[in-house]
Amino acid sequence: MKKNWKEVEIALIVKGGTAEEFKTGDWRSEKPLYKNDKCKQCLQCWLFCPDSSIIVKDGKMLGIDYDHCKGCGICSKVCPFDAIDMVKEEK
Amino acid sequence: MSKIVAKTGNEAMAEAMRQINPDVVAAYPITPATEIVQIFSSFVSNGEVDTVFVPTESEHSAISACVGAAAAGARVMTGTSSQGLALMHEILFIAGGLRLPIVICEVNRALSAPINIHCDHSDTMASRDAGWIQIFSEDPQEAYDQTILAMKLSEQLFIPSMVTTDGFIISHAMQRVEMYDDREVKEYLGEPKSPYNLLDLDNPITVGPLALQDYYMEIKVQQANFIKESKSKIKEILNDFNKKMKRDYSVVEKYMMDDAEFCFVALGSTAGTLRYTVDKLRKEGKKVGLLKVRFYRPFFEEDIFEALKNIKGCAIFDRSDMFAGTGGHLFNDIKSALYNSSSRPFLRDYVYGLGGRDIDVEDIENVYNDIKDFTENHGKGESVKYITVRE
Repeated sequence: MKKNWKEVEIALIVKGGTAEEFKTGDWRSEKPLYKNDKCKQCLQCWLFCPDSSIIVKDGKMLGIDYDHCKGCGICSKVCPFDAIDMVKEEK
Repeated sequence: MSKIVAKTGNEAMAEAMRQINPDVVAAYPITPATEIVQIFSSFVSNGEVDTVFVPTESEHSAISACVGAAAAGARVMTGTSSQGLALMHEILFIAGGLRLPIVICEVNRALSAPINIHCDHSDTMASRDAGWIQIFSEDPQEAYDQTILAMKLSEQLFIPSMVTTDGFIISHAMQRVEMYDDREVKEYLGEPKSPYNLLDLDNPITVGPLALQDYYMEIKVQQANFIKESKSKIKEILNDFNKKMKRDYSVVEKYMMDDAEFCFVALGSTAGTLRYTVDKLRKEGKKVGLLKVRFYRPFFEEDIFEALKNIKGCAIFDRSDMFAGTGGHLFNDIKSALYNSSSRPFLRDYVYGLGGRDIDVEDIENVYNDIKDFTENHGKGESVKYITVRE
């Protein structure tokens, strides 16, 4: 439920880190596909992703956060091992 | 215990700043406001205040630094004039929108072109829609008092304020000023109060996020409503100021208005000349009064409406033109305020004094005769006149 003007925070000063709640994944026209078998865990994709959408746990790339990935294709471009393909997003 | 001193408007404002003791002052010099922050910077060097003074490379940066400091919970002030205020324009709206309690000591000066360093109200008028409180001063005493008052208003209401004086006419003219003790000002203002604190690392916040079709309007309606509601709060704070600081200020000041048939309405220093002329005309038996508008923003239309309800003809003095073919700012605001009144006086706008052009008692006496004729002719003829100009 969206807040009305009386409920909304003064000047929209809100707590930090709210970008996480804003699902930007539906902006995508192309979608990255992660190929686990080709990945050497260099984490170049994680380093370059502008939207923190590469899921990494214990130093290992696990996949892509499709709730926030905007499909820019940088991960696919920087991957030295061809482990991320860009495909057309189908809704 | 107060003391009586001789101060120019700029000196009075600098003294008010010293007593307010802001955490941060970021400023860039501009005639005729330079002295305010120049004198204040000597207070900083002498260790008389606890302020961090940030000399910036432009007014845009000065007000931006003020926004940053205020968002971090600091008590913040600056001073500027004319082109400097115009260069701040973009950020003024951000300060208003973020509800930051910043106070600007603003000296009214004409905007270019042609370049001019003297008084008119075009600079302040151009920023009237930025969501700031705007207070006009008639003399150095009001400049001093109202700077202290503005800090209180901004910190109570979370609306930024600009206190204006008239360039050279007040800023550089020395007059009697009754100053409070430093302690009295300190006690009156109390600790700095801010709506939020960006540097509170335990409670991180986002300041100035994006708000599109789904939230922008709610935020702006919230701001508009707060400004509307602030009018009664401003009156309360002003009453409290009068009581504690022993003054007698009101949002609009009436002089000889009770039985007046005609009246003058003006902002700033010209109110002094008008009051003198009212006295002169009263001695000749003429029923004339003066309405001085102290707060231009927010606009106290109910008070103005009330003050003018028994007036037959009203001469509005505008030291600025809207360049819309409809006269000056004060005239247009008052005309709008009276639209729903059943007892509207005849209104004529007298645009005067642009770029520091002098206005004297004789000019005002002519206005009295003119507004009387205009009223007797039922408002026939142009509603806007330019006076103090060669024709």
